[in-house]
Amino acid sequence: MSALRLISDSLKSNRPKGAGSRPLVLCLGLGMALVVACQKKPGEGASEASPERAEVSKTGAGQAVHSGQAATAGAGAGAEAAAAEKPASDSAAAALGAPEGGDVILLGEVGSLTGAQATFGISTRNGIELAIRDINEKGGVRGKKLAVRVYDNQGKPEESANAMTRLIAQDKVVLILGEVASTNSLAMAPKAQASQVPMISPSSTNPKVTEVGDYIFRVCFIDPFQGFVMAKFARDHLKATSAAILKDQKSDYSIGLTEVFTEQFTKLGGKVVSTEAYAQGDTDFRAQLTAIRRTKPDVLYIPGYYTDVGLIARQAKQLGVKSVLLGSDGWESAKLFELGGTAIEGSYLSNHYAMNDPSPAAKAFREKYKAAYGATPDSLAALGYDAAMVAADALARAKDLSGPSVRDAIAATKDFPGVAGRISLNDKRNAVKPAVVLKVGNGTLEYVTTIQPDA
Amino acid sequence: MSDFAQHLINGIASGTIYALVALGYTMVYGVLKLINFAHGDVMMVGCYMGYAVAQSLGGDDASSFLGVLLVFSVAMAGCGLVGFLVERFGYRPLREKPRLTALITSIGISFTLSYGFQLDMGFLPGAAPRAFPEIIRPHELFVVGDYDIVIWNWQVISFAIAIVMMLGLQFLVYRTRFGRAMRAVSFDPKTAGLMGIATDRVISGTFILGSSLAACAGLLYAIKDTAVQPMMGLYVGLKAFVAAVIGGIGHVPGAVVGGLLLGLIEEFVVGYTASTWRDAVAFGFLIVVLLGRPEGLFGKAVAEKV
Repeated sequence: MSALRLISDSLKSNRPKGAGSRPLVLCLGLGMALVVACQKKPGEGASEASPERAEVSKTGAGQAVHSGQAATAGAGAGAEAAAAEKPASDSAAAALGAPEGGDVILLGEVGSLTGAQATFGISTRNGIELAIRDINEKGGVRGKKLAVRVYDNQGKPEESANAMTRLIAQDKVVLILGEVASTNSLAMAPKAQASQVPMISPSSTNPKVTEVGDYIFRVCFIDPFQGFVMAKFARDHLKATSAAILKDQKSDYSIGLTEVFTEQFTKLGGKVVSTEAYAQGDTDFRAQLTAIRRTKPDVLYIPGYYTDVGLIARQAKQLGVKSVLLGSDGWESAKLFELGGTAIEGSYLSNHYAMNDPSPAAKAFREKYKAAYGATPDSLAALGYDAAMVAADALARAKDLSGPSVRDAIAATKDFPGVAGRISLNDKRNAVKPAVVLKVGNGTLEYVTTIQPDA
Repeated sequence: MSDFAQHLINGIASGTIYALVALGYTMVYGVLKLINFAHGDVMMVGCYMGYAVAQSLGGDDASSFLGVLLVFSVAMAGCGLVGFLVERFGYRPLREKPRLTALITSIGISFTLSYGFQLDMGFLPGAAPRAFPEIIRPHELFVVGDYDIVIWNWQVISFAIAIVMMLGLQFLVYRTRFGRAMRAVSFDPKTAGLMGIATDRVISGTFILGSSLAACAGLLYAIKDTAVQPMMGLYVGLKAFVAAVIGGIGHVPGAVVGGLLLGLIEEFVVGYTASTWRDAVAFGFLIVVLLGRPEGLFGKAVAEKV
């Protein structure tokens, strides 16, 4: 059977008489469409993380607001749904139109609620939700309640950029929280900068994120520091002399950490014997690991995300790679233990915050989080919480709710007591704080040491 | 040179998996002239069934012959059932409608399964990948030099399973009553029906068979990659579809050759360039084949298609 007729056969019940070039084009077109379809989910998941369910409803309210107000984009919410949501969403929509009026200040959030990095987005959202609830319980900001509109980006840069457009153009939010992955934040930042809407990334560590412009902030340290911490730890604590690196060549985060680690490790007298690459979403790493195995490094640095790392650790163990595995905050997820099993135990990673941090603020946060979500918060939840708190603090201090005023207020943040350490923003809009090194145990991350930034 | 040999071994190992999945596309196309885009996702469902069985057997400790047998048979039977249900309730009602309707339905089923499985409630597993238990405990069967060439036990086992499955299919299609009925329906469903062949039953059987093979392939893939995830169906399914088209869709040995070719191409691309090029080269190869030989490599031999 002719492959050429394949699609046209599927399209028509009767067989085509001849095979011209049209079916071929059709076939290729459909193929392309499928590839694209596999990249993009039909319809974008939108959900609401609002503590006040009555004001902005949980799901689909975004669509309801749109069809009720401006009928932009074929969001496809039914008319009755719009009508049903109307009394509730109108107040929110009114607040959007005139930021100083109404009784809700709407913030935006972009996060990976589904996809390979789903636990990042979910932890962050939980942290932010908790912060917003705390703030609203204390009377909100400027006499108004805070609400957050969340869009899912499935962990993809292109979806992140789309979500930004929606938050800015349709929802008219005053400030945006997000994203975790630097690659996604980098896709979002230019849009925030161009429309002068301040953006606070809770946990993107790539330096380029805040370099996009003066409207982009973060409440965590940056990659050079994480690479620095791990290189220092490997040399000083583990006494490693040789290192291999397995980096994710599709991720700005991974490339950034690799550069700094290599530089620092060499500067401290070690030798990087092999650097191999994979691409996010790969599931077979045996070729790279076999090459690394030949160089017999003391440590293997994998600045990647937990899904890949879990599999890499497993396959490295199968291949008999004996090096100590080192990683970064991208490892942190409960899934890491499930994916990596015993293969990941005994590895080290650098992180923003230790789960058993004894400070009272961190302890109170852990208890609140546990009560709300029944789980111990990871550092992404803590940073999400801090990001929302810094945002609320700035909104309260700002002259008015216009982009430039809010921006100035965020930039002035000094010694803000976050649950993951004190936050002072420097002139590059990055937080300066120490990092912790954690050891992967059986289902837990144990605190090993704290490494301070160089003065 | 040793790299080349290693890539050859790895390529054949992944190629046989694509081939097994491609068989499902080709068989369904053969009898229904329908490209069942949900095939890969049915495979993914089968993998999760295998995962559930392996977990209940004790996770990583389930490495035993009986364990493997149980995991494979439950997953294959369960997946056959899913394939049957998809055909019975998804495609059969549309049998007399234009083919486009069924084609689009298959894409709909595909997305429903792959995104439905990303929900995290009830039996649905959630978006994050799950580590697949080591039901075949990996060890090297054959090592040359310092890991210059390694053949793993699971590579040999999965190759053997794949070959047995393919020979079994060949036997079924050409040596049994059901196979003859299948070929008759493939040749002309209406006339076959008039000759007393239960067309619906044959079509159901084809779906069950294709889905079971897919489940088997999916498990081999999960063992290779040490993980299962909801999106694996879309990915593997698309690759297997390409393999089927390269070999000449509707042609059983063609699907096998197409699968092997695709597996080898991918492995060599990853081995000698970077893994980012893998898909580009694989789909580029499809375009070249379609331009040069639009009916696929074996497309002309239409005498006995399944």
